[in-house]
Amino acid sequence: MIAHSVFFYIFSLIAIVSAVMVTVSKNTVHSVFFLILDFISISCLFIMIGAEFLGMIMLIVYVGAVAVLFLFVVMMLNVAEQKGQWFSSRWDGGTHIPVGLLVSLIIFFELIIVIGGWKYKPDLLNSLSINISTEVTNTRSIGNVLYTDYIHLFQISGMILLVAMIGAIVLTYRERVGVKRQSYVKQISRERDEGVDLVEVEKNKGVKIDA
Amino acid sequence: MDSYFSILFTEVYKILFLLVPVLVSVAMIVWLDRRVWAFVQKRRGPNVVGPFGLFQSLADALKYIFKEIIIPASSNKLVFVLAPVVTMTLALISWAVIPFSEDFVLADINVGILYLFAVSSLGVYGIIMGGWASNSKYPFLGAIRSAAQMVSYEVSIGVIIINVLLCVGSLNLSDIVMAQQNLWFVIPLFPMFVIFFISALAETNRPPFDLPEAEAELVAGYQTEYSGMMYAMFWLGEYANILLMCAMGAVLFLGGWLSPIDIFPFNAIPGPFWLIFKILFLFILFALVKATVPRYRYDQLMKLGWKIFLPFSLFYVVLTSSFLLYFDLLPGK
Repeated sequence: MIAHSVFFYIFSLIAIVSAVMVTVSKNTVHSVFFLILDFISISCLFIMIGAEFLGMIMLIVYVGAVAVLFLFVVMMLNVAEQKGQWFSSRWDGGTHIPVGLLVSLIIFFELIIVIGGWKYKPDLLNSLSINISTEVTNTRSIGNVLYTDYIHLFQISGMILLVAMIGAIVLTYRERVGVKRQSYVKQISRERDEGVDLVEVEKNKGVKIDA
Repeated sequence: MDSYFSILFTEVYKILFLLVPVLVSVAMIVWLDRRVWAFVQKRRGPNVVGPFGLFQSLADALKYIFKEIIIPASSNKLVFVLAPVVTMTLALISWAVIPFSEDFVLADINVGILYLFAVSSLGVYGIIMGGWASNSKYPFLGAIRSAAQMVSYEVSIGVIIINVLLCVGSLNLSDIVMAQQNLWFVIPLFPMFVIFFISALAETNRPPFDLPEAEAELVAGYQTEYSGMMYAMFWLGEYANILLMCAMGAVLFLGGWLSPIDIFPFNAIPGPFWLIFKILFLFILFALVKATVPRYRYDQLMKLGWKIFLPFSLFYVVLTSSFLLYFDLLPGK
């Protein structure tokens, strides 16, 4: 058990330090790298408490896909140019600070509610409607709950994600003029008659192409 | 505490017993790749160092070790050094879950296939870090291309894995192999095997999808600024990843360590050998593809990934699950 707690403290320390470094580091790309480190150590913590499915999904979804796109955007935007301007109130009319404060206040109060509920009402955990069995693997038990009792919530969250995805595509889509697109069907279904034209060329006259 | 250390030592011993052969076979596989490539093109390939040129990779490795490592002045030094290390580490840690036989597997975890998938999707970070930290145009473009490409093809690999999992009913790699005792999944899921193979080519940046390092456009892509041992580590990591993809294909579709027919001369050969045969078979296919197919254009690559592979494999998920449901073959009841 000693080894277990040693690893727990190592991973939590890495998680906390990298979470702090996300906000502290000046280079935005470094921030994203620290965010990735944070995700990885948190998924290690998940695996340590036996929730291996959640840990792996966390790695695949957040680290393997979301953070890559994050990194992509941050690298492309070249945020380095705006370095140091974020916290001066001059930039962009100084609208970032109040909004940021509001969001962080909301998150802070949510944390208080969650931690308070868990601290002062420990029987909250026992009030779950489903008993968790330790015999089957946790992948299977998640599936058993998610696809039976919570199927509607699950489907609705899927729908919300789909709508968000379509919305993002609609917002960024613009029709470009003059783009030549390749169509395999068109290319393959071309017949000889359309492509080739046999012309009798008269002597000393030549042919007009593209007539 | 004593038992803790003894466990630690046996584990380290097991890990070395796995990793050293993997590293050696990565070196050999580079030689094999160049040989196959040469034979297709009617050249001889590396045949000078050692018998049949077998020690060519070792000679190359020696050369790389003694070359000077140049770190560009304008690069982000820490990330620049970290990138090949990340690539190499990620390529090696995923071997922990590959089952070589019923009882020869380093970590027989419940979510083995998810672990493999997660680690292979982390592989993109080595490339992005290398490309970004070099602070130069070609590496950056190569890294961006590679990231987009790997993320796109991961999606279809994930859906293909779902197809296999539907037939198995478990995420454990040993269970996946044991489920193929009667019928290898390559037969009922043949279209998925083909798509997996092509996606694996794209995922490992192999030709015809080697756009991240397309010489004609990007010099050497994300590796342009690397030299010496750091370049060699990128290279080794890439080949270890290719081997891993072959191993994944062998476990998912070709029955892992199982022999093709369960009769005497075949089932007398131990399981690890069968797995190695299958990995080699897939790798030679990789090499043949490299030798014969011209490079894709980038928009064609994206179109293939998102508009052809993804819808088709999603359709196949529906097909597989409805087939299993209709004939009441769903596992894990």
